Amino acid sequence: MANAPGAPANPSASSLEFDAHLEADVLVLGGGPAGTWAAIAAATAGARTVLADKGFCGTSGATAASGTTLWYVDPDPAKRAAAKAAREGLGGHLADHGWMDRVLDRTHAAVGQLADWGYPFPRDADGRDRRVSVQGPEYMRLMRRRVKQAGVTILDHCPALELLVDDGGAVAGAAGVRRQKGGGWAVRAKAVVIATGGCAFLSKALGCNVLTGDGLLMAAEAGADLSGMEFSNAYAIAPAFGSVTKTLLYQWASFTRADGAVIPGAASKGGRSVIARVLATEPVYARLDRAEPELSAAMRQAQPNFFLPFDRVGIDPFTQRFPVTLRLEGTVRGTGGLRLVNERCATAVPGLFAAGDAATREPICGGFTGGGSHNAAWAMSSGHWAGQGAADHARALGNGARALRRAGGAGLGEGRGAAIDAGALTRAVQAEVFPYHINYFRTEEGLTGALTRLDRLWSDAAGAAPSSADDSLRVREAAAMLATARWMYRSALARTESRGMHRRLDHAALDPAQRHLLTVGGLDEVHVSARPAPLHPDPVGAKRELAA
Amino acid sequence: MIELISPTRCTGCNICVAICPMDVFQAASGQAKGAAPAIARQSDCQTCFLCEAHCPDDALYVAPDAETVTGIAEEAVAAAGLFGSYRRAIGWSDGHRDNRSADQTFRLLAPH
Repeated sequence: MANAPGAPANPSASSLEFDAHLEADVLVLGGGPAGTWAAIAAATAGARTVLADKGFCGTSGATAASGTTLWYVDPDPAKRAAAKAAREGLGGHLADHGWMDRVLDRTHAAVGQLADWGYPFPRDADGRDRRVSVQGPEYMRLMRRRVKQAGVTILDHCPALELLVDDGGAVAGAAGVRRQKGGGWAVRAKAVVIATGGCAFLSKALGCNVLTGDGLLMAAEAGADLSGMEFSNAYAIAPAFGSVTKTLLYQWASFTRADGAVIPGAASKGGRSVIARVLATEPVYARLDRAEPELSAAMRQAQPNFFLPFDRVGIDPFTQRFPVTLRLEGTVRGTGGLRLVNERCATAVPGLFAAGDAATREPICGGFTGGGSHNAAWAMSSGHWAGQGAADHARALGNGARALRRAGGAGLGEGRGAAIDAGALTRAVQAEVFPYHINYFRTEEGLTGALTRLDRLWSDAAGAAPSSADDSLRVREAAAMLATARWMYRSALARTESRGMHRRLDHAALDPAQRHLLTVGGLDEVHVSARPAPLHPDPVGAKRELAA
Repeated sequence: MIELISPTRCTGCNICVAICPMDVFQAASGQAKGAAPAIARQSDCQTCFLCEAHCPDDALYVAPDAETVTGIAEEAVAAAGLFGSYRRAIGWSDGHRDNRSADQTFRLLAPH
């Protein structure tokens, strides 16, 4: 199939055979919440839609393994105003209230649709549906079913490795490998939605090892830029031995040292950095001993997977202490991602749209973690809009023939350097992004040192000889994590203040003059520039807060 | 990490092969139809427990240890009643369907 009409001219094309060569109006990359909402929206708008997932649509990503609360607020003006105001200061006054209104409306509609589709929302004692959370396996099994019913072609275990672009630079498809069937795949499409999630650097945070920033790298290679990448240092509490990074129930935890002494100020909310400081030198233990006993049954029913590790090793987390750790969730629970240029969730590159954690969530979160609730609402909303936007773009584009070329670089290019060792590169990137003293507590010295090392790694990766087909997925994952780390730290270096989740030890205060957003992009040379934040909804209040 | 597939419980349906997001399993080759798949790439397991959730035969066991293999024996898993325990908790087993709508998160969240 490599010699099909219009096949890419890049010589590296010969390293992949296209065993599955499809045509589509819209190609969605990623089958988590954002990707499934996007695919349904695109197909419903009449677009021939293909969804390619690195793993399996229905189990891939942070949501399926976990479940989330939802930013679901009744359309009552007072409740909506309170929901928006609750995040204003936390987010560093960077959110956009127009986007928040749209997302609250869209999420309300989407959750209503889930109920209509049969999602088994619980009822309270008054017999009312309660729609403020979804269980991951149930939600994503339903979404897969709806994607299929919408007529979408699903390609499971088909990670994309690179985008295809036309002569004008517009995105026109993607190519990747088939993990289970072997060989390669390519989909020519009139528009592509990147819904590949954030980047958690293979930290084994729950469900997050699928999420290595692949879509960010592919989009950047096609010319897209990003925003908010300084807000990328989310760490979640987990049992030290385990993967379950669900933090809601830790609001009822006490945190202690090995000798049992309570750690002053340590808390899941507002005291997680205290935990990180102690963890740097000694173990920290938790026990959910601040919960009312009658709540414990509700906790089990709310988060069955939270209790899996404890039940399996014979720990009663309400009465027994257990060691905890902080696992990096990077941009998954952070807010940075691809920059959107309009309300259709288009990126700066024609034909390329972004949704979910792959896109910046600053419009509704500002600079503070979206956690489950906001990110879930964002996935539903941005997915829907990106799918519609991509379908509209495809319709407007028409059926003219386009010559395509492959846009992939690092690991796929024609360099002569040593081929990338995916395992070694992954470990080298992790060594820069996992440590609390570099990423959680940031300083100019720490960031600059890390960037020097990361830039050197990039220089090698960019000039590397192409990887073998067997190794290409791991190589591209490593390259994507490397690129993501450089965007994170270059942005973090540029923001010489502490705002949202971004903390600088050497600039501990919020600087009113830096109430702006940071655009970051580039591969060989990473560039950062400031652009204005949205107008503040309450200028008088803002001045008062900033002056305080 | 995924620890074991019980050869007596497994019917060789290969659903776990299809649904594992990390592609950890490998279906048995053609001659061994009905045989259990292999845990072919154990270190790729992300300890998400979803293979257990999707196994209709309660044949898989994922230990909560994300970094190390515990080597737990099938008999110990069975004796502790752990086969199928996650499916029961989320209401995906017969006799436990009510748990699908048992989510009490709304009681744990501060009122909006």
